[in-house]
Amino acid sequence: MVDLIGDGSLSATRLGEAIGRGELKVTDALEACFAKIEEKEKDLGCFITLNKEGAFLQAEKVQHMIDAGRAPSPLAGVPVAVKDNICTKGIRTTCGSKMLADYIPPYDAFVVEQLKNAGCILIGKTNMDEFAMGSATETSFFGSCKNPLDPEYTPGGSSGGSAAAVAAGEAFAAIGSDTGGSVRQPAACCGLYGLKPTYGSVSRRGLIAYASSMDQIGPITRDPEDCAALFSLLSMRDPEDATCHGQMRPSYKQLLSVMGRVKGMRIAILRDPSDGKAAKNALENLSKARQLLSDLGAETEEIKLPEPENAVSAYYTIALAQAASNLARYDGVAYGHRTKEPCSGLKEMIRKSRTEGFGEEVKRRIMLGNFVLSAEHYDAYYRKALQVREGLVKRYEQLFSRYDVILSLTMPALPPKLSESLRDPVSLYRDDSYTCIANLLGLCSMAVPFGSLTEKLPGSLLLTANRFAEEKLFAAAGALAGHTGE
Amino acid sequence: MNYDVVIGLEVHIELSCNTKIFCRCPARFGERPNVRICPVCAGLPGSLPVLNESVLDAAILLGLALGCEIAPFAKFDRKNYVYPDNPQNYQITQFYEPIARKGSLLLPSGKRVGIHELHMEDDAGKLDHEALPGRSLVDYNRSGIPLIEIVSEPELSSAKEAAAYLEQLRDIAVYLGISDCKMQEGSMRADVNLSLKEQGRDVLGVRTEMKNLNSYRSVIHAIEAETERQAALLQAGKKVEQQTRKWDEKAGRSYPMRSKEETRDYRYFPEPDLLPIPIEKERIERIRQKMPALRTEKVERYISEYHLSEKDSLIITQEKPMAELFEKTIECGAAPQKAANWLMGETMRLMRETGKGAEDLTFSPAHLASLIRLTEEGRVNSTVAKEVFEQIFFRDADPEEYIREHGLETISDGGMLEELAKTVIAGNPKSVADYRGGKKQAFGYLMGQLMKEAKGKADPGAAGEALRKYL
Repeated sequence: MVDLIGDGSLSATRLGEAIGRGELKVTDALEACFAKIEEKEKDLGCFITLNKEGAFLQAEKVQHMIDAGRAPSPLAGVPVAVKDNICTKGIRTTCGSKMLADYIPPYDAFVVEQLKNAGCILIGKTNMDEFAMGSATETSFFGSCKNPLDPEYTPGGSSGGSAAAVAAGEAFAAIGSDTGGSVRQPAACCGLYGLKPTYGSVSRRGLIAYASSMDQIGPITRDPEDCAALFSLLSMRDPEDATCHGQMRPSYKQLLSVMGRVKGMRIAILRDPSDGKAAKNALENLSKARQLLSDLGAETEEIKLPEPENAVSAYYTIALAQAASNLARYDGVAYGHRTKEPCSGLKEMIRKSRTEGFGEEVKRRIMLGNFVLSAEHYDAYYRKALQVREGLVKRYEQLFSRYDVILSLTMPALPPKLSESLRDPVSLYRDDSYTCIANLLGLCSMAVPFGSLTEKLPGSLLLTANRFAEEKLFAAAGALAGHTGE
Repeated sequence: MNYDVVIGLEVHIELSCNTKIFCRCPARFGERPNVRICPVCAGLPGSLPVLNESVLDAAILLGLALGCEIAPFAKFDRKNYVYPDNPQNYQITQFYEPIARKGSLLLPSGKRVGIHELHMEDDAGKLDHEALPGRSLVDYNRSGIPLIEIVSEPELSSAKEAAAYLEQLRDIAVYLGISDCKMQEGSMRADVNLSLKEQGRDVLGVRTEMKNLNSYRSVIHAIEAETERQAALLQAGKKVEQQTRKWDEKAGRSYPMRSKEETRDYRYFPEPDLLPIPIEKERIERIRQKMPALRTEKVERYISEYHLSEKDSLIITQEKPMAELFEKTIECGAAPQKAANWLMGETMRLMRETGKGAEDLTFSPAHLASLIRLTEEGRVNSTVAKEVFEQIFFRDADPEEYIREHGLETISDGGMLEELAKTVIAGNPKSVADYRGGKKQAFGYLMGQLMKEAKGKADPGAAGEALRKYL
């Protein structure tokens, strides 16, 4: 069993079971993770901050509860990594930015409270694109992160550190955030499951905002069971997030019971939303998956997406506008980076602090965001983007009256190679074309590893369903599970 | 050339809610800096606002009192501007769809002033540039205090009218119980928009916005000064520049703050952290049912029902706690005019002497009513009554108990008074002789002596009779 921990294939739920039965100690799992970290972290850069001391203290407490027969949850004792834009009380939370390089939050995010209450062990804060702006984990102030499956490539982004840590065996599962694909893309790049839950399903309290109406926290895991276990743990009404719904959520048991049951399910196959640049073997994966689902009794039909280009434009307009406003608070006044240069006054202090504290991509997005919000351009951009969204909401309602799930690629091509993304940042925006629609419309969506793209890199397919229809995602994900490699 | 003054007012009132508008921090300040704060009102990363629905109820209540249409949804927008008293560097307000619009306010003159809209928003913190030399400090205790902004139509035409508008608005908000509206303490703030219009023409002139008006007096002074300033410019053939100006009450003049070119672009957009809250008809009706009587309604009722004069009614209703005290005293059985007299007379005298406001009064109306009854029954005379009232005012004494314990009840027992009369007559032979000799004014002296013997408690009528009997 201890060997199983080491090779990075044991899932979080099975580890939890083993710990619950007393076959493994919590510290066995932790030590395995820290051994991997010791071995690989220098090359990979998955973490910004490790919580070694805190993790072992927590492990001791959780072990006591388990020994006393009071295991707080089936995931008790499982080491979990958390993206560094999710607030952790007493542990610095940097958002991958110089701006918050020394920022220590005075409170835990809702999801961190949930993880702690369930007995999960927080092993560290993972690397990410600065303020979650990027899809290669290369805009991080703390250096980029490598893909553990093929170090020539990035792990995708922005939750690249979370995905890479799980893929490298440095954590058994991880939490990321997804504003336009930031959980699903890195999960895809690292051969993992990544869920972007329905908007309003997981509380955003304590998630440092990028685009408030599209940000959502989700799990990155080795198998769909882990994904279901973490999702049901995190998804709960929080009265302190006004956008977090009171709607009933499926239990872990319910999700397990539907997994793989696709008979009679109506699945729309989306071949190519934008410009036909998808890789050939990726499209072959999609065909294979379609065949598999048909064989299992699902009805599949090919569709074209309504207005794919408009969706990406509307998505970016809204995301950048909200980002510009959300990031206005980083002014060096009460917390965060403040310039050490002499300043003539308040204005200059704020300007210099922001100039020094933010990276290029963040500055670009703040400027674009302020542009689309300006009185002169509001109608032409932001208002129009909201209108496009309204129109798409209606069209997708129609779509979901005919289909249970939409199946597509997660990304049109391979993950970006190291430092490739920094050369042409705007072209990368288009890589979000499959994933961002779920954020724009608040839908739930899940990346599932399927087939392969290169010898080392896995393929990934994307399942998208209506709001609060996560059960359907898990039903289809269960059917696709286990079909990795050639 | 003659000009008409055109004035519109933007008034902010601070709501007296228990908690702040978007978090659960107590809505109090004036304490040590930064003790009433949390991640939300300090704008920390990851914090989220949640609307305090009692703020929404208060806004609906005020909207209804001003005859406004209430919006079907409570929606919020972000107003983006960078200033360190505002920890998020944006304010959450209602720009695209204010909670209430199209209302009006009736001035005592009978003029009806249009209300353009009212909306909810959060207050900012405070900067302190004095405490440390060369540094500025920020206190977020006030950050997140709920505000309602009331925007009038530009329909006021003089400083006097603007002051009357503010007073009426204050009365309404105070009587609704949603704010104490103290301009000096900043819980009511007014910005004045003013322009001049050539008489007989329909075209409005260029307007200025005046800020930093902290009292009714400065509103009046600022309007008068700005009217003169603009008129002088126009008469000299110059143009009025559209700008925001800051009033300096000490100097009695204003200074430009921002010109039109410097107008900020607030980059408003719908607040994504707060979803629109539907406002059901039932909610509006429930609030309407519970609407307390406003000052004007009370004044009308005091005149028609209690037969008070208009003047007395206005004095009693000046402060809401006083009006409440008055009504409760009547409920305890006191005659309205007598209750009014005690409140306007002794009560207000002692308030002035002690510097207390109407909201500080702690005595029970039952005790005042009981004192009034004792005087009516002749059981205490007026001198004693004032003494007893002080005991009520300062320590809410029960007058029945107090006069019993201190033996202050009026002596009206014939036998006792006759004994006193005899003592006085025996002790003052000269005055008795004078009286009997025809000097009627000696009677007054003898009455005084009798009162002295009775320690002021003698019933004057009965005492006079007893004295006459033995003279």
